[in-house]
Parts: sequence; C-alpha cells; structure tokens
Amino acid sequence: MSADTSTMDSTERTRALLTTAEPRRRRVDRAMTVLIWGAFALAMVPLVSLLWTVLFNGAGRISLEFLSYSMRGIFGGDPSGGIYHAVTGTLIITGWAALVSVPIGILVAIYLVEYGRGALARSVTFFVDVMTGIPSIVAGLFAVSLFTIFFGPGARFGFMGAVALSVLMIPVVVRSCEEMLKLVPNELREASYALGVPKWLTIVRVVLRTSVAGLTTGVLLAVARVIGETAPLLVAVGVTDSINFDAFDGRMMTLPVFIYRQYAQGLATCREGQEGCVADIALQNAWGAALTLIAIVMILNIAGRLVNRWFAPKLR
Amino acid sequence: MVGALALSLAACGSDPGADEPNGEGSETAMDLSGDLNGGGASSQESAMEAWRAGFQGQYPDVTVNYDPVGSGGGREQFGSGAFSFAGSDAALDEDEMATAEEICGAGGVIEYPGYISPVAVAFNLEGIDTLNMSPETIANIFAGEITTWDDEAIATDNPDADLPSTDITVVHRSDDSGTTENFQEYLNTVVPDVWTYEPEGIWPIEGQESAPQTSGVVSAAQAGEGTITYADASQIADLGTVAVGVGDEFVEYSPEAAAAVVEGSPRVEGTGEHVFAYDLQRDIEGTYPIVLVSYHLACATYEDAATADLVKGFYTYILSDEGQQAAADSAGSAPLPTSLTEQFLPSVEAITAG
Amino acid sequence: MTTTDSPPAPAAPVRRRRSSGDTERGFSRTFRWIATGSGALILATLAAVALFLIVRAWPAMTASSAELADAVPRYPDDTSFLAYVGPLVFGTLLAAVLALLMATPVAMGIALFISHYAPRRLAQVLGYLVDLLAAIPSVVYGLWGIAVLAPAVGPVWLWLNEYLGWFPLFAGGASPTARVLATVSVVLAVMILPIITAVSREVFLQTPKLHEEAALALGATRWEMVRTAVLPFGQSGVISAAMLGLGRALGETMAVLMILSPGFLYSFNILQAAQQQTIAAYIALDFPEASGLAVNALIATGLALFVITLAVNMAARAIVARRKEFSGAN
Repeated sequence: MSADTSTMDSTERTRALLTTAEPRRRRVDRAMTVLIWGAFALAMVPLVSLLWTVLFNGAGRISLEFLSYSMRGIFGGDPSGGIYHAVTGTLIITGWAALVSVPIGILVAIYLVEYGRGALARSVTFFVDVMTGIPSIVAGLFAVSLFTIFFGPGARFGFMGAVALSVLMIPVVVRSCEEMLKLVPNELREASYALGVPKWLTIVRVVLRTSVAGLTTGVLLAVARVIGETAPLLVAVGVTDSINFDAFDGRMMTLPVFIYRQYAQGLATCREGQEGCVADIALQNAWGAALTLIAIVMILNIAGRLVNRWFAPKLR
Repeated sequence: MVGALALSLAACGSDPGADEPNGEGSETAMDLSGDLNGGGASSQESAMEAWRAGFQGQYPDVTVNYDPVGSGGGREQFGSGAFSFAGSDAALDEDEMATAEEICGAGGVIEYPGYISPVAVAFNLEGIDTLNMSPETIANIFAGEITTWDDEAIATDNPDADLPSTDITVVHRSDDSGTTENFQEYLNTVVPDVWTYEPEGIWPIEGQESAPQTSGVVSAAQAGEGTITYADASQIADLGTVAVGVGDEFVEYSPEAAAAVVEGSPRVEGTGEHVFAYDLQRDIEGTYPIVLVSYHLACATYEDAATADLVKGFYTYILSDEGQQAAADSAGSAPLPTSLTEQFLPSVEAITAG
Repeated sequence: MTTTDSPPAPAAPVRRRRSSGDTERGFSRTFRWIATGSGALILATLAAVALFLIVRAWPAMTASSAELADAVPRYPDDTSFLAYVGPLVFGTLLAAVLALLMATPVAMGIALFISHYAPRRLAQVLGYLVDLLAAIPSVVYGLWGIAVLAPAVGPVWLWLNEYLGWFPLFAGGASPTARVLATVSVVLAVMILPIITAVSREVFLQTPKLHEEAALALGATRWEMVRTAVLPFGQSGVISAAMLGLGRALGETMAVLMILSPGFLYSFNILQAAQQQTIAAYIALDFPEASGLAVNALIATGLALFVITLAVNMAARAIVARRKEFSGAN
C-alpha cells in the first residue's frame, strides 16, 4: 500500500523527462484525467440533487410531533399526525429480519470459511451469489405464498415481511461475513488449537471475537440494504395507520410503504377557507418520511463504518 | 441493536388522541372493541380514512383497517373470508356473488353503493380552465381520433376559447382501476358506436401515456403540455376540467350532480334482498354523468358476534349524516341522498351473528 | 448482534461416531453440523423459492391461450404464453442493458478516480459518498425521478428526438411528459452505479504495485500506466461488477413502476411513451387486482425474471472464477 517516496520522486522525474518530448501522450493523459475527474463529478450530480430534493421537501415536515405520533385517525388535509408507526414498524420488521438472517448468515459464513470443502461448499458459495440476485418482489411473493399455506389467505403480519427481507438479506450477510472471517490469520487458530481448545470454542472465542468489528459492519450494511425495500412489504405486510408492536399479529406500516402510499394518495380535498387543511399534506408526509428513512440508513451506514474503524486495527 | 432502538422509541410515541378516553362516543349504548379488517378499492381510501377516523373516535378500543389492495383483491378476499368487509368499484358478478354467499351463509350478502364521486375529465392547457365537450368528442379524443386541441369538434363547442394547435396527449391509468372501468362504461353507454371497447378496469388502447394511481396520472398530466386525462375530481389539482355534454347542455362536475345519477337510476332486479346494485342512466338532464360508484360489501350474518357488531356499527356510521359529511369534506365525494341511505340502513341494521 | 453460544438453529442429531480420522469431540461435532446445516438451509431456501415459483406458475404455463386471455387482463388473444412474456422480457432487458451501458463507464471512471487519481486522504471519504447512492431507498428514487429528473431530462429527450431521430433508439415521437424508458434507464444507472463502483474499486486496488511501478518506470504517463497495468488486471473484475449491477437493475421495481408509462411492444423507441414494460414493475402494477389464473400468470413472469437474474449471476460468477484461476491474485 505504502508508496515509497523516493521511488515516486524518481519516476516523477523520469516521466517528466519523457513526456515533455511527446506532447500527444501528455494530452491524452490530461484528457483522461479530466474524464476520470468528470466521471466522479457526474456521479455527484444525482446524489446532490437527490439529497437536496429530499432535504428541501422533507425538512419542513420533520418535527417532534411528526416523529412521535402515528396516523391513526388522521385523514384528509389534516397536517397533524406522523410517522411513528412507520418508523417502529420499519425497525421491528428489519430487526426481525436481522434476527433471522444474522445467525444463519454468520453460520453459513463460518461453514464456508472453517469447514467448507467439496461439492456442498462450492454449491453454497455459488447459490449464495445467485440469491443476491433474487428480485425483491419475488421474495415478497414467496413469503406471502409460504405463510398463506399455514395461516389462510388473509394472513398479513410483520414477520412475513421479515421473512421476505431475510431472503434478500442472508446472502448479503454471508458474503460480507465470509470476507471478514477470511481476514482472521490462521496463526491465531493454530495457536488456539495448540493450547488444546476445541474447534468450536476456537471459532466462537477466537475467530468471531477477532472479526467482530468486521461482522458488525457487514451486518449493518446488509440491514441498510433491505431497510428501504418497498415491494415485498407492500404485498406481505399490508398497511395500517396505527402503532403495532407485535410482529406476529396484524398489519404493520413501514417507512418505504408509507412513502409510496402517501404519494399514491395525492391531494386532499380542502373546502375554501377550511382551517388546518393542507392540500398537499400527503406529499409532504412522503418527503418527510423519505428524509427520515434516508437518515436512518445513513446512521446505520456510518455506525457500521465507525465500528469498523474503532475496533478493526487493534484486533486485526 | 435495532430492536433496542425500537424499544427506546416505544416509550415516547403514541397514536394521536389515544390519551383521551371515549371522546364523543361516551353516551353510545353499544360498547365496541376489537379489530375489523377489510379492504378493496383504492378509490375509497380517502373516504375510508375519514370513516375509520370518525368511527374510531367514537369507539377508541376499535381498530378498523382498510387495505387499499384494489377492487378485485377486495372482492376476492371478501369471498375467501379474509376481509370482513370490502369496497369494490364494481358490483359482484354472478360467480363472485355465489362465492360470497357461500362465505356469508343463509343471510346473504349486503351490497350498496357507499361511495359516489364525480370523475373529472381534466386537461393541461396554458390559460384554459374549462372546455365544453360532447360525449362524441370525449370518446374520439381518448380513442386517439382527435389529435390536436384546435380540432373542429372541440372548437365548435367552445367558440370563445383560444385553442392552441398543440398535440393532444392522452394519459390513462396504467393499473387496473375502477375509475377506468366507470369512465369506459360511460363512454360505451352514451356513444357505443365511437367507443366500441368492452368496459373493463384496464385501458384498452395501446400506445398512449399512462401512470399508476390517480396521483400518478395527475402528476403526469401536469408534467406535459396538452395532456388530457380522467381522474377522481377531488384530486385534479390545478388542471382544467371539461364540462360534459348531457342532452343539450354542458354540465360541470359537482358531487351533487354526480349523486343525482345514482338517485335517478333504477335498481338492478332479481338480486338478493340486501343487494342494491344500480343500472346507471347516463343521460339524465342536469346530472353529471361520469361517476365512480363504489360499492360496500358485507355479510348479513357473521359467525362471530364481535365482527357482526363491528361491521354493523361501522356501516351504520358510514350511512349516518355525520359519516357522509366526513367523506364529503375529506374525499370530495358526493353525500348519499337521504332517499338512498333510508333504503340501505335497514339491511345494515339487520346484520346479526349466527 | 454477536452470536456467541447456543445459536438458535436446531442442532442436527449426532447419529453415530466416526472413529477414524476425526479428531472432533463433543460439541465441536455438533457445531460442525449446525454450520453445515445452515449452509444446507441456504440451498433449501433457494430451492423453496424456485419450487414455489414453479408450482405457482405452472397453471399459467400449461393453460390454453384462450383460458389465459379470458383470465389475465392484459393477455392478448391467440398468443402463446411465450409471446405474452416476450415483450416483458424484452423491456426488462432493454432497460437494464441501457442502464448498464450508461453506468459502467462512469463507474469505472469513479473507481479509477478513487483508486488511482484522488488524493489518498480524500479517497475513502469520496468512496463513501458514492456508496451513499446505494443507501437511498428505491421508492425515494421513484419520487425523485418524477419530481426532478423527468422535468429536467424532458427537453433533452425532445432535442435528441428532433435531431437524432434517425437513430433507432431515439425514433418515434418523444413523450412530452418524459415518463419513458430513457428516463427509467437513467434512474437505474444511478442506482447501480455504487455497486459497480464498489467492486471495480476493490479490483483496481488489488493491482500489483510492481506492475504499476514498472509501467511508470518505463516512462508511462499515469493514464498509460492505468491502461497497460490496471485495466487489463481489472478487466474481468469490472465485467463481473457490471453483471452484478445488471442483476440489480433487472429486479428493480418501485422506481420503474412510478416513472414508466408502460406498453407491451418489442420497441427500441426509448423516448416514446407506452412502448415497453419491465417484469418487476408489471407484477407490482397488476398484482393488487389479480385473482385466480391471473396471479399464476404474474408469478410465471416472476419466474422468467428469476431465471434471467439467475443466468446473469451465473455468468458473472463464471467470469470471476476464471479470473481467479488466471490472475493468481489474492
């Protein structure tokens, strides 16, 4: 990684010597430098535009009330109410999805790194990669069909959504955790074995301990990946405007679904001179919820990176 | 970690009004509680929100859920028993009625038009707020026969308007929708020789612009100059609207003129005792003929006493003056005329468990 | 979030002890079974998804075209099932491939920028900025596409249509609302940009330092170094990154649903409204109102999408596997 400065200096000098003689090569080099900087700048355009749009449209709606009330009993152009039910729903469903995916994901990663040999391991590696490509709507349809077998056609509850998200999340957890476990030096394992520690204890106490920061990062990034999913939750969890903490009974609202529903609702009817009626309140709600969702995802992302930075160097 | 965050948040959030026990409903005789799940037509969503809010305000222990899954989904899940009540933009056909009767048992099905809303023909033309159009013109525009705004057919009905030569861009619903079906039914009934397509929830013509949901078509119409679309009249924002030709006059949309269509139309014969389906007449003078009529479905008997009481209470509230006014205020729908609610109420009040 | 003792997955019973060559004793053996069982569970899950899709799709694939035309709203008369899925597959591929063509060069540029051009201290932060694009939920992309992007690109599409209309992609009439496949492709391109960038970046960073320094020592400019040392080394990595992006673009639902004005034609006119539709958006659009055989038909289109993404991912993996064999990296 570290570039030797003296080497750099000499190459720099040599290059200067050679390029001055050939302006065409230097022009190409300049042009490509501009292009490559340009590519980066180009990518920043939509990012800045997106964040600005969401911030501009959503910031005005964010308030303590918006974050701490549900939409129960709020209708028409009523500007009160908020997204509390959607925030909790998103956290609960994503939490359950993580609870299902993380143990399985890490165990599969352990299997692949510590045990995996032969045809089974090869096919697991391959199909985990294939699973990362499952379209999210297909995962939703799968969860609905699976649960309607057991709970009848009207079954809609948070855990169904969590299962759909798990199908999307497990492969991401496996991929990132596998990379992290591979980073653990073999010497550590061998030292542990030499002390007579059994393999399972070595894995739990040495390998997992050592890579805990990386695993946390991987898990948080995987959570960030599925927390914004809309389509599977729309078909599997349904909608409600009340707070529901029970993932096994009743519909739940989630932020992405809330955003889509509010957008789809369109304008409210306000009579002329009606007080406390905001015609485009649904759209404002949608932007406000979008801002909240992005904020949650970013917090998770940043948390993941910070965990990695704080713990990684010491333990690696 | 996520779970812990949820728990810590749980301490500070609440449903609005949850702290005020039994608001205005304290004097009510019935004491209702529990969950009531229904769903169906998304056209009714705004009105349903008002009704659910009003009903839950009276009975704070009640939670009514309405899944805006669409009419077809509503009918299907009502027929399978997943929904205790449902909203549908079309009356049940014979097969669906048979399925629903199986679920409902001996008492049969209750079906009545609970939500009536004018469908506006809306356009986006700079500086023009309203245009007169005959049914033929409307059908020809949406069929793609009339392609520019300064076409003779439009100009003759609007001598004073300054029509541009802009191309007409038709925007329709891309999803399967009751609004589309009702709009097509209107065209097919009034000008069957121009609009030859069989009315259904999906737009029959290929190659035109479309967008999902009412808000989608409205925002698409706003995005382009010279667009025309049809949408629930309460949602059309600042788009211009068409005054529709009925007989010799042109009628602007209004909730009252829309409700008058149902009031003036005959009930379909030969159906169950509690089934109020209507054969809409589109040519009654002074009425606004393009209406979205969305039905409410329920069973006359439920196995479960609690569900029976909830459905009965909820539908009674919907048909009350208070309920009708709430929907009119928040969804811009047409309050049902008293002559109709008087017919429907006895059926709803007859809901029993057993 | 740590998994310490007693993971929840059910332990497979230990039937009999193998005596020879096995030094594992007691819980180690159980633990091995649990881990292996989890691996098998993954395979079972994927098999369950595939099986469920096939079972639910089967009635539609075996039904006669008359039955299908009767039950499925958009099913044209007298067409086979393949002819019905065909335009959807075409639309899905067209949108995703266009997105890929737009995203890959830019992503490669960004990856090179972060790995070889940007000041080292800044590189990580800039990389994080690009990753942020991946963190934005697709429904927000949809809102943004409608509210900001479509109005912005509308005039560009009109211009392209007017002056470059002879080019097949830009032929036909340009839509005044810009709710067209071209707009969708741009949104998809933005969405897959961070994925392709992230993978390419890692590959470029793995370029052996010796190769780079050798190139520079021979007097190569920075671009020549990149061209002769970095790009050949990263070539197959970039290809597999692009394939991953393609997989994501193929399955994207909400942004397409909200932006695209759909049609069911084999049409390359990406500036014209009502020409193409993608499978994922089609399912999301029609699923709410579908019943009976129509649901089976929708799931059958979902199966088609699953097979396409499967094929794309398999291709990507095959390429990566080949790269591992040849390059000797890691």
